[in-house]
Amino acid sequence: MLTFPAVSLRFLSVWRRNLRVWRKLMLPSIMGNFGEPLLYLLALGYGFGQLVGDIGELPYMVFLASGIICSSAMNTSSFEALYSAYTRMTVQRTWGAMLDAPLNVDDVALGEISWAATKALISSTAILVVASLLGLVGGWQAVLVLPVILLTGFCFGACAMVVTAVSRSYDFFLYYFTLVMTPMLLLSGVFFPLDQLPPLIAQGAFLLPLAHAVEVVRPLMLGGAPTNAGLHLGVIAAYGLVAFTLATAILRRRLMS
Amino acid sequence: MHRARHGVMGETQTGALAVEARGLWKRYGSMDVVRGVDLDVRAGECFGLLGPNGAGKTTTLRMLLGQTPPSSGELHVLGHPVPREARLARNRIGVVPQMDNLDPDFTVRENLLTYASYFGLRGDQLARRVDRLLEFANLDGRTQAQIQALSGGMKRRLSLARALINEPALVVLDEPSTGLDPQARQHIWQRLNMLVEQGRTLILTTHYMEEAERLCDRLAIIDNGTIIACDSPRNLVAAHIEPHVFELRGHGIGEWEHRGGTMAGRAERVGDTLLLYTHAPEPLLQALGADPNQRYWHRPAGLEDVFLKLTGRELRD
Repeated sequence: MLTFPAVSLRFLSVWRRNLRVWRKLMLPSIMGNFGEPLLYLLALGYGFGQLVGDIGELPYMVFLASGIICSSAMNTSSFEALYSAYTRMTVQRTWGAMLDAPLNVDDVALGEISWAATKALISSTAILVVASLLGLVGGWQAVLVLPVILLTGFCFGACAMVVTAVSRSYDFFLYYFTLVMTPMLLLSGVFFPLDQLPPLIAQGAFLLPLAHAVEVVRPLMLGGAPTNAGLHLGVIAAYGLVAFTLATAILRRRLMS
Repeated sequence: MHRARHGVMGETQTGALAVEARGLWKRYGSMDVVRGVDLDVRAGECFGLLGPNGAGKTTTLRMLLGQTPPSSGELHVLGHPVPREARLARNRIGVVPQMDNLDPDFTVRENLLTYASYFGLRGDQLARRVDRLLEFANLDGRTQAQIQALSGGMKRRLSLARALINEPALVVLDEPSTGLDPQARQHIWQRLNMLVEQGRTLILTTHYMEEAERLCDRLAIIDNGTIIACDSPRNLVAAHIEPHVFELRGHGIGEWEHRGGTMAGRAERVGDTLLLYTHAPEPLLQALGADPNQRYWHRPAGLEDVFLKLTGRELRD
């Protein structure tokens, strides 16, 4: 039975709990947030960039930076809502303690997904800073990328939470990576433009949320305005809401029966 | 057990019920785990749920907390219909779970502060309450310790302190002393007695008869999902078991089984032990005294005798 999540502001206490833990290891965590995308940008950007040249009018590095902002949001958020959330649900039984307090499953799920979105925002902010320092950003509009990333992070956090909700072990996550995340990463216009692909596959990519995020983020990074922004954001939001509803329904059955 | 009841907390007046359950039923697939439990837990008492593994104790507790909906039946906890208003009920309940689930990402003190935030508690008043609870749990010297560095007894004490962070009217404890050494267990018992004296209601599950006898004002023996007896420990013993028990071991018990049985009134053979139950111990004492080869132990009847009589002696796995 699929009932809508009953959310309350109590989810913030779950979010704050995760923030407090993150703050303990803030420094190495932020260094990772800066280091990894920098490495990607430099290695792929310079390495491939020399071979690829420009894409349309864009230097490859510029093209890649806007793609990596989106894929990093996806990865960061998914990892948090898969491995970290699953650990708190099972091994550490942190959720069990929360459910003994006046929190319910929907609060906990929303708190975890919001935290996953927050981590996506942190990592993408780091990339945005790196990209602007490297001169890969076209205008002030790039700041608008951040709310888009928050939404994208929520969307992928919610999708990952569905997987977490049905998992019986960490191994199960590999199916999600292999069957969903990796194809999405490669076929959503992060590393190369979608028009390089056969039309059917290129259109198929828009069935999944990452391609929509890239469509909105890339023009913003260049200082322009995205076309059909409402449609793209709508798809991302719809994925997030449907996944959130599904995740809470499965989690309620798993934890409250 | 006599207890001075003073400073009764808020709504929990004498005579009020902390928990009222009628016809509580829980079905998982084709398994009926709890089958028609009626339960009245009075405000301010320590109430025990006693039963073998799989009897339905933990499921009953989960229903009380609104963590699993009953398949049928009526349930009120602290005046709130549960599960409908479970969140409001849990606001005033403290829970000590069977397996410690302290937050390993935080220190001792941070655990209390973080748990308080789940109740929406914060501020100076909370800081003072946390200090008081750390003292209550004898952990005031370990406030900055990591959870992994605590002993089992310390963890349980911290779990108890954590359960009190919201000044609960009702504290629910699932096997509070399982796995603790005698010192740690005594400490927990003292603390639980203090909580009852403060006017809080306690519900605990346990396998330990001694624990139930010492702590509980009343207890329910639960087996196969139903309550088969419910009263004070003393009344249960008086109602179900003769006051004197003789335990005989050794080669001679075959001989004593008949003779002792006639003298005592009731005899029971369990493996290589013969149990004789009686109201009048004198004749047996004399007869056994006259048989120097027969080893025996004379003891008062206890809750364990009641428990085994009512739930049987087969192993439960």
